[in-house]
Amino acid sequence: MTALRRTATRTGQYAALLGYLAFLALPFLWLVSTAFKPPRELAAAHPTWIPEAPTLENFRQAFDQQPLLAAAGNSLLAAAVSALLAVVLATPMAYVLARHRTRLARAATGWVVVSQAFPLVLVIIPLFLILKGLHLVDSRIGLILVYVVWALPFALWMLTGYVRAVPRELEEAAAVDGAGRLRTLRSVTGPLLAPGIVATALFAFLTAWNEFFFALVLLKSPEKQTLPVVLTHFLGTEGVADLGPLAAAALLATLPGLLLFAVIQRRITGGMLAGAVKS
Amino acid sequence: MPAARVPGPPARWSRRGLLAAAAALPAAALLPGCSADRPRRGSGGRITLRFQSLAWQQDSVKANEQLVAEWNSRHPTVQVQYVQGAWSTVHDQLLTSFEGGEAPDIIHDASDDLADFAYGGDLADLTSLLPDRLKADIPGHSWETATFDGRIYGVPFLQEPRVLVANRAKLHRSGVRLPTPEEPWSWEEFAEAAQRLTRGTDHGVAWPLKEPVSATLNLSLSTGGRVFHRRPDGRVQVRFDAVDQVVPRIIHDQVNVDRTAARTTLGMGGSDTLPGFFAGRYAMVPLGFSYRQQIAQQAPEGFDWTVLPAPKGTTQDQGVSPQTLSIAADCPYKEEAMAFLDFFLRPPNMVRLALGDWMLPTGQEALRNPALRVRRYDWATGTALAATLRSAPAQSVRGYPEWKDKIATPGLQEYYSGAIDLDTLRKRLVRDGNLVLARYQR
Repeated sequence: MTALRRTATRTGQYAALLGYLAFLALPFLWLVSTAFKPPRELAAAHPTWIPEAPTLENFRQAFDQQPLLAAAGNSLLAAAVSALLAVVLATPMAYVLARHRTRLARAATGWVVVSQAFPLVLVIIPLFLILKGLHLVDSRIGLILVYVVWALPFALWMLTGYVRAVPRELEEAAAVDGAGRLRTLRSVTGPLLAPGIVATALFAFLTAWNEFFFALVLLKSPEKQTLPVVLTHFLGTEGVADLGPLAAAALLATLPGLLLFAVIQRRITGGMLAGAVKS
Repeated sequence: MPAARVPGPPARWSRRGLLAAAAALPAAALLPGCSADRPRRGSGGRITLRFQSLAWQQDSVKANEQLVAEWNSRHPTVQVQYVQGAWSTVHDQLLTSFEGGEAPDIIHDASDDLADFAYGGDLADLTSLLPDRLKADIPGHSWETATFDGRIYGVPFLQEPRVLVANRAKLHRSGVRLPTPEEPWSWEEFAEAAQRLTRGTDHGVAWPLKEPVSATLNLSLSTGGRVFHRRPDGRVQVRFDAVDQVVPRIIHDQVNVDRTAARTTLGMGGSDTLPGFFAGRYAMVPLGFSYRQQIAQQAPEGFDWTVLPAPKGTTQDQGVSPQTLSIAADCPYKEEAMAFLDFFLRPPNMVRLALGDWMLPTGQEALRNPALRVRRYDWATGTALAATLRSAPAQSVRGYPEWKDKIATPGLQEYYSGAIDLDTLRKRLVRDGNLVLARYQR
């Protein structure tokens, strides 16, 4: 009876999980389906999941109409550099906040959390004016600077959690064995923290990769525009959209994030387990 | 075995070098993009003007880019840089650009988005800059759309009437009289036709009213509705009189009383209604004239459709907010920018732009072009309606966007769905609406 109940519970859990996964996947699958449909199928009264006459025409048109490759290059540069900088800055800060729990550290952590509460529209005009004063409007450096600042609080908060999860006893044991502070950080804490650093970098990368409003407002030159901004060029007035090419371009914009996750996910999980065993 | 070691830097140095190189690489890649201030006058006295266009359809973008290229090849000292903007973000983007003094020199927008920028001093007064040819070519009622406090802040160049896109086979089967631009339906005839076209679950009409305000106000002009009334002291007041209520009441009754209009399309945009239209669920859909491009592209093979004029009330007028071209107040080369606009809007060029966007040019000479008077895709129907297009009533009203978003959109949506009655709608539009406008008119 108990075994039967357990099987039923497990089946229910898997069914719920499958339902949730399907719910998450639906928009993406719809995007894939739309990207390969010819115009007539896009306006069909009974849309199908699998295109009846699949076509690459939407992709051809998307590349024809907008400089997608250049925009993807701009997005990649901004996202990669800002993720790198955010992690480089956040890691030592997170270590200090996690290991030295002073009043100042607590206040700093509180401020980091509060800073997340400011809405984008509140900061955009002052930010614009500050960057203009620094001659960093319409500049890739300006945009990266903003992305780093925007990602930093959450990166710091994330990494602080990861540092706290590394047992202090391991560092103390290393010290007893004669390792100095830097050696301990490099050989003991660093490897255990690596999955957290990668996860944080991934978060910072995807935040910047998908970001739209700062890029829209801060970049003026067409050759510097990022992918999310270029995607809006497929939209017309009153919500009219060039749906096929838009879906094709949006699908291409989604792929790097997915690929990155696919490649890195196993390492993150593996790293976490390794840490757990060591502790 | 020290003798076996290869001399050279220790391994950690090479790793450091690698890291340094990795860090330097993105920094080096950034360098060309560092400079923020674009030189306005280059060597040899060359001027560069930035033109932000909102063209988005393939043919339209091509026409814009070609015209810019033609200008640049003929004017080596006044170069125009084509910058792509987007309709969905233009207001916010311009707002921050103006605040930061980084706006494009030549700005493509729509006349109903200009009021705040014009009153705010962000746009140049074009009144004295306009060449006589351009001024004479565009009729006075079009200029009105971009005129604020007696000054012209934009050149209206493309516009579109709202028309009824109809299933021709259904029209023929129902036996209704086919309206023409010369003899359009009255609103009563339209309601009657919708009744005759309703069969079982198929509706006579589908109103896509995701954004109900501009459609309602612009069509209400035909019954004498204005909603916004300017008092002698210059202040604007909202009223919702009997003439303003005719069109909303007809739509409401079609959805809730006669059931000749589909309820499900009330929350839809125009494109969303097309699958149902192609499947024969609706016989007519009121849409902007440019939707023909989507219909031509997406209609199933053999689907027979036509364009009918919007119904007539006491007049055939309807409100429009044309696309405009403006010059930023900060632009140091306004005369050169106007020279470009004069070139860009020459009649043959206006025709190219109109064909690219499937819209009507405002210029009279362009309107006479045979390419815009063909029967194919009912271009001739639209061209015949050009003379009935007037400045949208809300055009120059400060606070209109807030009135529209906070008061009128939810109010009309609730009224059309049957959730509130006409009196409640009137109270909201007038009482709450005037409170909103008062804040802008202190």
